[in-house]
Amino acid sequence: MPEPKITMREVEQVARLARLALSDAEKERMRRELDGILSYIDKLRALDTEGVPPTSHAVPMTNVMREDEPVPSLPQADMLANAPDRSGDFFRVPKIIEE
Amino acid sequence: MLTDLTIHELGARFRQNDATPTEAAREYLDRIAALDPKVKAYLTVTAEAALARAAEADARFKTGAPLGPLDGVPLGLKDVLCTRGVRTTAGSKILEGFVPPYDATVVARLARAGAVILGKLNMDEFAMGSSTENSGYFATRNPWDLSRVPGGSSGGSAAAVAADLAAATLGTDTGGSIRQPAAFCGTVGLKPTYGRVSRYGLIAFASSLDQIGPFAKDVEDAALMLQAIAGHDPMDSTSAAVPVPDYAAGLGQGVEGLKVGIPAEYFIEGLDPEVETAVRAAIEILKGLGAKTESVSLPHTEYGLAAYYVIGPAEASSNLARYDGVKYGLRVPGARDLIDMYSRTRGAGFGAEVKRRVMLGTYALSAGYYDAYYGKAQKVRTLVQRDFQKAFERVDVIVAPTTPSAAFRTGEKEDPLSMYLNDVFTIPVNLAGLPGVSVPAGFTKGGLPVGLQVIGKAFDEAAVLRTAKAYEGATEWHKKKPELGA
Repeated sequence: MPEPKITMREVEQVARLARLALSDAEKERMRRELDGILSYIDKLRALDTEGVPPTSHAVPMTNVMREDEPVPSLPQADMLANAPDRSGDFFRVPKIIEE
Repeated sequence: MLTDLTIHELGARFRQNDATPTEAAREYLDRIAALDPKVKAYLTVTAEAALARAAEADARFKTGAPLGPLDGVPLGLKDVLCTRGVRTTAGSKILEGFVPPYDATVVARLARAGAVILGKLNMDEFAMGSSTENSGYFATRNPWDLSRVPGGSSGGSAAAVAADLAAATLGTDTGGSIRQPAAFCGTVGLKPTYGRVSRYGLIAFASSLDQIGPFAKDVEDAALMLQAIAGHDPMDSTSAAVPVPDYAAGLGQGVEGLKVGIPAEYFIEGLDPEVETAVRAAIEILKGLGAKTESVSLPHTEYGLAAYYVIGPAEASSNLARYDGVKYGLRVPGARDLIDMYSRTRGAGFGAEVKRRVMLGTYALSAGYYDAYYGKAQKVRTLVQRDFQKAFERVDVIVAPTTPSAAFRTGEKEDPLSMYLNDVFTIPVNLAGLPGVSVPAGFTKGGLPVGLQVIGKAFDEAAVLRTAKAYEGATEWHKKKPELGA
């Protein structure tokens, strides 16, 4: 058996970073599937990329400048209309700070 | 039946007073009611709004002042494009009740052109998939064989055009999500150059790769659709300030003397022999029309897929961080604290493929793995781009198969990697940001459509469309319709 590309501990750590609650069954399946995908992706290592610059975007583009002129924004009521929970003009979230 | 007609044929009927936009909209809505229970292309049908827009178009034709070639034409939109006041889900349960407060730029442009929007089309969740089986709602079926997939992620958009459930539709293409379903469903599907069409109001998957484009019944219609949506938009800083030519005007120029590259790396083991036969026959047709073919080499093709499955998920894991149960969409109640609420909401709201890609992307971007995966993939992206640059020093367009095989069966590809391999011929084009079209190029013995892919230089959609049009003009494939009953 080759060394697994990703361990259960790493799956749990990545799920925490990604803010994804996974069931035990999902974690096991995820580990297996990511292992297969990462093994496939490993073929990239075979390529010599010494001195090759990275490409982050297909079309070369640096900063896009425009005049700093105020334009109307979307109305606050419209932006709040989809909120799962709100309080007046605010999005409401569960408690963040311990008492 | 008006639903048989292309956009340009329908427009001619409107102008000659042989038909009205309301008649066309009603025929399409009736056909959707009758046949969409089989095909399952639509997530939302906006009948009332469609008839209201059609009535406005009627009035414009009556006074002899139509807005242009799309006026009164019934269209559908992939459900990843924001529509003001109309539910937009991106195929995800996490956005089940989301009603956007604004229109995507492409939606606003179609509205200004007088188009009648019939509804929103099914897709793989957040455009992640190649079969539309990853929709959070239901799977769409291939109109040519209901036991098979329509491709994806824009499967609803492709199936709707193939089944005459819309005159044309919009989809999006991040790794092949327009061209692959177009090939599977026997329609024309065009992915424009990155930056050609504004992405404002497109729910993001991988922002450096995503591009909006049309599905159409023929190449001329695809040109008309592109004309309506192309051009710079101040709301998308990555949309390019490159002049937009008159696409329909250049269509008929033919391919006499055009240099057409044939990439050896696209005719490899794993390419279905029936697909290869059809594509080789298509190349012969182009030669017969005066095109000069020559072999070109795109040596990093086989690495494109691996690079894509780092870059796409990395960008997705960042883009999808916004689904946190705070501003819109699902929130799972009863959380202990904020982070628990985030995690449970995302755990419940995302489907398996989306979770897989968020995990993969988060892993590839995490400390200790960034250089080995994301950094490496970005360098390989450069190599894939250089392959195309080198080839396009010698040729005007490149032609190749769109997919390694025709449509597969629903449930056939359970292993995620085998599903990903289906995009091997479409992904390099996204990595390089180039335009590509899939046009119908025949059928397998089993009666499934095969697609011919034409790839062009950046912002040279005109050459891509002109090549596709010349080929289409010499064939009858695009005129064939699936048997769906009435």
